[in-house]
Amino acid sequence: MTTVRESQVLARRPRRDGAGSRWRRLPGWARSALVVAVGVGILAITATLTGQLQLTSSGTAQAAVQLLLPILFAALGGLWSERSGIINIGLEGMMILGTWGAAWAGFYGGPWAAVVGGLVFGALGGLLHAVATVTFNVNHIVSGVAITLLGMGVTQYLSTLIFQPLSQNPRQSPRIEAFETFSIQPFADLLASVEAQQRVLLSDVAGLLGGLLTGLTPLVVLGILLVPVSYLVLWHTRFGLRLRSCGENPTAAESLGVQVFGYKYLAVTVSGGLAGLGGAALALNPGQLGYLEGQTGGRGYIGLAAMIFGNWRPGGLLAGSALFGYVDGLQLRAGGEAVHALLYGGTLVAVAVAVWWVARRRWLPAAVAAGSGLLVYLVYLSIDTVPREFAVYAPQLVTLLVLVVASQRLRPPAAIGVEYRRGDGG
Amino acid sequence: MTERAGALVRVRTVLLPPALAVLFAVTLCAGALLVSGDSPLAALSVMITQVGEGTTAVDIVNSGAIYYIVGLAAAIGFQMKLFNIGLEGQFRLAAAVAAIVGGSLALPAGLHALVVILVGIAVGAVWAGIPALLKAYRGVSEVISTIMLNFVATGLIAYLITPGTFGVLRGNNISTQPIPESGQVPGLSFGASGEVFGLVLLAALLGVGYWFLLGRTRFGFELRASGESPTAARAGGVDARRMVIVALVLSGAVAGLAGLPELLGRDHAYTLTSPQGYGFVGLAVALLGRNHPVGVAAGALVWAFLDKSALALDNIGVPREIVLIMQGSIVLSVVVAYEIVRRYGLAAEQRRVAALLRAENGARSEVPS
Repeated sequence: MTTVRESQVLARRPRRDGAGSRWRRLPGWARSALVVAVGVGILAITATLTGQLQLTSSGTAQAAVQLLLPILFAALGGLWSERSGIINIGLEGMMILGTWGAAWAGFYGGPWAAVVGGLVFGALGGLLHAVATVTFNVNHIVSGVAITLLGMGVTQYLSTLIFQPLSQNPRQSPRIEAFETFSIQPFADLLASVEAQQRVLLSDVAGLLGGLLTGLTPLVVLGILLVPVSYLVLWHTRFGLRLRSCGENPTAAESLGVQVFGYKYLAVTVSGGLAGLGGAALALNPGQLGYLEGQTGGRGYIGLAAMIFGNWRPGGLLAGSALFGYVDGLQLRAGGEAVHALLYGGTLVAVAVAVWWVARRRWLPAAVAAGSGLLVYLVYLSIDTVPREFAVYAPQLVTLLVLVVASQRLRPPAAIGVEYRRGDGG
Repeated sequence: MTERAGALVRVRTVLLPPALAVLFAVTLCAGALLVSGDSPLAALSVMITQVGEGTTAVDIVNSGAIYYIVGLAAAIGFQMKLFNIGLEGQFRLAAAVAAIVGGSLALPAGLHALVVILVGIAVGAVWAGIPALLKAYRGVSEVISTIMLNFVATGLIAYLITPGTFGVLRGNNISTQPIPESGQVPGLSFGASGEVFGLVLLAALLGVGYWFLLGRTRFGFELRASGESPTAARAGGVDARRMVIVALVLSGAVAGLAGLPELLGRDHAYTLTSPQGYGFVGLAVALLGRNHPVGVAAGALVWAFLDKSALALDNIGVPREIVLIMQGSIVLSVVVAYEIVRRYGLAAEQRRVAALLRAENGARSEVPS
């Protein structure tokens, strides 16, 4: 805890060097836009130099959107819960409940019913977490692990009971109806034609952008919209301020008349509902329409990691989910060779980071960045392709590496995971 | 307080909560069975009678011992409030590498098995060392890093046991080279009732070691102190960073043993279908047993008993998944029950003290001033 605070204090100390303060003076959206632009630039250069065109193809971007969606919902769920001070490692369990609820409701009522079904089942899991952690002060991680166990048990039991007569398979639901996809025209076609021309950089950007505008479903739109909505609700309304105050200092919040119990209950239930939406996104995924045992594959946990990576902020968690979805989509579409090409991209990133530190006259971080870049480059040279068994887990490895680099700049809500009793601030 | 009242309080705070939790879980599952049209009484009687049939009793002891090992590994972390979710990856990777090493060595009997066991310990420790170092030096939450490392371990194992690297194709299954007889650990045969793994004894030894280390040594005291209050421990001269690393590495080392009873006693090779999922059982069992060496053992046996019940229930047409619901609800209700009983005890204590104070004040006010 103290190390976080110290780094915060250090970060606020005015620096004399120019580069840093100019960067800091930029508004947040401009900084994110710059980071995204540099990222796309590096990908485009990598794609050109290594000949791995899948790195920036519209197909990869489209797959990435489908794959990031469940993670994004889970990460948003984590955001709501953890901003109110409740660690939610039960996201995985709530997501599993969501897949079952979505498949069940979707089988009888179509895709919109599936969305509602996922939402409701996930929210029930969230409510249970709230009862355990808020009312009974159970350790948040203990309750989360138990809810994941319980979610697995309940869905498998219900699936044997209800889906087996319908699909003749206790581990699977019958196929459900999907959303119809749509593209944003005329931009999608225009970008596709630019991508087909194979011009350096221009076609890469067109490919990635085009993939984002093609093959959309209402659920994708909902997920993306929930990011700014969560931001506005949590940071620009009285309600959001009170909810976050419960995560920063519940005792002070209570002394000011905030109903801490109520806010925490609401936040964790919403969190479960969002995780359930993530489950619905999985059940409505064109690749596997319906419930399948083990379908979530730890995406709830990954959503939590994406949120931590995003520093408990909506924009950050979108970036985290996008990174994960992108790497996952890439390895699915192009396999080990594309992941291998990512190593080259990693080298470029390391060089860029090293230059950045040199510009700020911080020699040690610059040396570390340059050294790790060299190491990655040597790995890139020494192998031709990443073995398939590893490539599958490239997203997890990338998440871990990013956390290693970024975790000391993170600031979780101050009272996260802390036991709170009603009347402490009385 | 008299001796007998103290014992009563102890029974109430230690034994009552798990009893309540089991009762609650059983009621919940009975309700679920009634809703689905099965008879809860028939299910219960099958679950109880199965213990005497065939090899069930021995199977429960075997699984229970394995669960006990992972449970102890989880408990070591819990003592310091560290959540080693990575037990799963640690035990699986340890078993896979131990199988590879064991299958490629030629050593005299005894020494061979010992080397395999040491390799398991070392691999578990190293794999847990990664999140430990990340936590101590980079502040990465061990919960997230161990979850990610579980995935990476799965990929690593799949890579290691493919025929191109260290694996061989046997029938339809990919596996490592079988461990020769010199590296196997013989079991204790009970005739028709089955065979208890030789390494079950190791689990018992670990339990004693855990009790001694945590309860009787300076290290154990420092570990628990760091868990209870990191600031107080630091003030008392405990190096928090070192304790994080030692606790996680120790937890991983113990977890590394969990795959070995089956590997050395039954399977003799690591395959794609080798057991999984013990890591999460370990967390649950440690919670049930409140990190106490005897409690964890009881939790492990209950868990193994429920696992075996799934098969018996399946035979009479009751959905076996009811067991998963029961396991999940027991874990959650045990922790809730401990909290309720604690609150009840606190309230009773408050009333007692209040009554004492009132009596004292009453007595004082009678004295003329």
